[in-house]
Amino acid sequence: MTTTSRWRALTHHHLFWPVAVLVVLLLVNVPFTPDFFSIKMTDGHLYGSLVSIVLFGSPLILVAVGMTLVIATGGIDLSVGAVVAITGALACSYISDQADQSALAGVLLAMGLGLLAAVVCGLWNGFLVARMGIQPIIATLIIMVAGRGVAQLITDGQIITINSEPYKLIGGGYWLTLPFSIFVVAVVVAVTVVLTRRTALGLLVESVGGNAEASRLVGIRSRRIKIMVYVFCALCAGIAGLMISSNTSAADGNNAGLWIELDAILAVVIGGTSLLGGRFSIGGTVVGALVIQTLTTTIYTIGVPTQTNLVFKAVVVIIVCLLQSPKFRAKVFSARLGAKSGAQGGGSPSAPAPAGTTAAATEAAPKMEVS
Amino acid sequence: MAEPQPVLQMTGIVKEFPGVRALSGVDFRLFPGEIHALLGENGAGKSTLIKVLTGVHSLDGGTITLDGESVRFASPLQAQQAGISTVYQEVNLCPNLSVAENIFIGREPTRAGRIQWKRMRREAAELVDRLGLDIDVTAPLSSYPLAVQQLVAIVRSVGTGDSVSGGSGTKVLILDEPTSSLDRGEVLELFSLMRRLKEQGVAILFVSHFLDQIYEVCDRMTVLRNGTLVGEHMVRDLDQVGLVQLMIGKALDQLEELHDHQLHSDVGETLLKAEALGRAGGIAPFDLEVKKGEVIGLAGLLGSGRTELARLLFGADQPDSGTVSIGGKQVSMNAPNDAIGAGVAFCSENRKTEGLVPDLTVRENIILALQAARGWTRPIPASQRDELVAKYIKALDIRPANPEARVGQLSGGNQQKVLLARWLITQPKLLILDEPTRGIDIGAKAEIQKLVVSLSEDGMSVLYIAAELEEVLRLSHTIGVLRDRRLVAQLTNGPEITTSRILETIASGEHQ
Repeated sequence: MTTTSRWRALTHHHLFWPVAVLVVLLLVNVPFTPDFFSIKMTDGHLYGSLVSIVLFGSPLILVAVGMTLVIATGGIDLSVGAVVAITGALACSYISDQADQSALAGVLLAMGLGLLAAVVCGLWNGFLVARMGIQPIIATLIIMVAGRGVAQLITDGQIITINSEPYKLIGGGYWLTLPFSIFVVAVVVAVTVVLTRRTALGLLVESVGGNAEASRLVGIRSRRIKIMVYVFCALCAGIAGLMISSNTSAADGNNAGLWIELDAILAVVIGGTSLLGGRFSIGGTVVGALVIQTLTTTIYTIGVPTQTNLVFKAVVVIIVCLLQSPKFRAKVFSARLGAKSGAQGGGSPSAPAPAGTTAAATEAAPKMEVS
Repeated sequence: MAEPQPVLQMTGIVKEFPGVRALSGVDFRLFPGEIHALLGENGAGKSTLIKVLTGVHSLDGGTITLDGESVRFASPLQAQQAGISTVYQEVNLCPNLSVAENIFIGREPTRAGRIQWKRMRREAAELVDRLGLDIDVTAPLSSYPLAVQQLVAIVRSVGTGDSVSGGSGTKVLILDEPTSSLDRGEVLELFSLMRRLKEQGVAILFVSHFLDQIYEVCDRMTVLRNGTLVGEHMVRDLDQVGLVQLMIGKALDQLEELHDHQLHSDVGETLLKAEALGRAGGIAPFDLEVKKGEVIGLAGLLGSGRTELARLLFGADQPDSGTVSIGGKQVSMNAPNDAIGAGVAFCSENRKTEGLVPDLTVRENIILALQAARGWTRPIPASQRDELVAKYIKALDIRPANPEARVGQLSGGNQQKVLLARWLITQPKLLILDEPTRGIDIGAKAEIQKLVVSLSEDGMSVLYIAAELEEVLRLSHTIGVLRDRRLVAQLTNGPEITTSRILETIASGEHQ
């Protein structure tokens, strides 16, 4: 009895399915890369597949964490990819103009400049959504499209390469044997959790997303809250932008952070936050982002042909979304139980499945759109 | 007037929903060339009757004859084909299409699969012309105000009736609360269209909550109550007092006996004063004074402006005239925040859409108003929060007494208590309760009423809205009577105030 109830409590935890998917994806790699889980120490740095996943997933985690709060208010932010590009372009072009590219003051100023630009983008998004009442998907589409142009203007349409030791640290350096970006992510995630759960911000965000009219009538200043989350989201994207440009020591207005908004939205959804707004889970989002990064890594390690990459990714994403849908699980698992009690019939489990699959697929449709 | 044959006759109509008998043996008839009002309070069965007639719901008993032939419609489309068209309260048209397209949508004249645009525009113009309207059919619908869109909806249903019934035309037109969002001038325009249709022999079934409009435009009326027929009368034969009695369902002298006053606590000095506060399309400018510890009950029929008045006092809607002062200080009522800051709290009648956040827990819902007032940077300390929540869960007997339960899973009565708790912990000076006892069980009802009395004794002012007059009478020091979006009287409660007196005031619209 107690084991059953404990198992129940575990499977009903909101992080159960995202974590389960992550674990399965990680295990899939083992037959192809036997030393997948091993971590080696070379030159005082830790190396290994797990470390790489976190390292390469860092920008996505940052963007997705910011996106979580926006989605929790019932909004969406498509401009994060462009903000990544703008921030990187601004920081790199400032550094490249310096006589000494490794001067700490110059690098800090460059980062500040980049993040300031990100905050301005966030204010603009927040202004359009909260003040002008424009639908978030349209409001943020403006910077999504125009922002890349701005980034190209900053870089004169070129890829700016720099050679700055301090700047390299953010996205490509090591500290205490670990990639420095892991620490950046840890700090941002911790700050976000404190900001939302140690203050009342999380509650108010969930209330605005859960029932906007009731929130207005209860006296929540929802405009202010919405502007705050768009600014926060842009700031997270800005940090990701610094990280990406630092990792390659270059700013590419065209390709930096391309399509990262879609992966971020997907990470939020896999993490269990509804696109309709309301309840959100930062922990879920982090797991969701790791799932996506692991999936990308897995595609390479198991040797999926390059041209079928995206199709393979889409199939896995659809399966993950279906597994997350309680209705789908109820249908499939009850169908299986029915088949079991129906004894020997060899092909019987497949018979009821198609009906359940189609019904649940429509159910999960809004989730799949984003992939 | 020699009575002709009715165009529509419904006899012994029965409709049952699981656990509810929505209509039990209702008779209804409709004559050609008349405007017939269908009246009743919420839940009387008006919309069920219309839905049974138009084939939205199936029939569980009784017969319907149209032009002497027995009919039974399986869908609204069939009803339309037989000449029964319906226009609902909300305009169900496409604002971005032209008027002509809207009139012909779904039945566009075609030749070889292509739409004949010229013919469509010509026929639309003819139809509009025939009904005496001045509308450019090529303009997009959205270029016209809501009232004209409503007229276009009527033109569309008349046109649909004409074309699909092979020339016999629309025999019955059902208008379900078409006037609820129109201003006076627009209502007159609608009425003149209704009269022209009536002259053309169309029978019009008209549903409205505005008594004056009934008396202005209708010839005959049928009153329903609790799913049964109360009576059918010529409008000129029944005065408004009689009508209100029929709708509410108690003879005046019968009500006298029910009357039973509770002792009321004394009231203090003036807390809130509203002067000439009003909003076009909501409620006409009114004056209202609320004293400390006073319970003011608002009485009036559905749609009389009770909720609209309350929403203005809370800043939920923006007033376009008048002032509000609270505790002697003028307050600009532009948003709920202004009112909350001045100590006003408001429990909406729509618990689900305007009150609770269903995904959040009981605890989170309870602290929401207090937390919103403190701002996001100053969270309520966990120990203080848990103590407050536990205290109010106990005081209001919220079940389950689990602060972690999702509020969406609670019963109606318990949800109402959560809403009450949310505002009570903010210790408001004025608590506005809009139908707090609707849809909840009797036990919870009594508890909430007792709570109102004790809050008032503690010096809190309460504005109490309820559909049941007895409830208002039992609790209130002062009773505000509303009618047709107007505060028509304020009666000081006392032995001489009875439900019949309130009824008379509602019916006559005058302070006696």
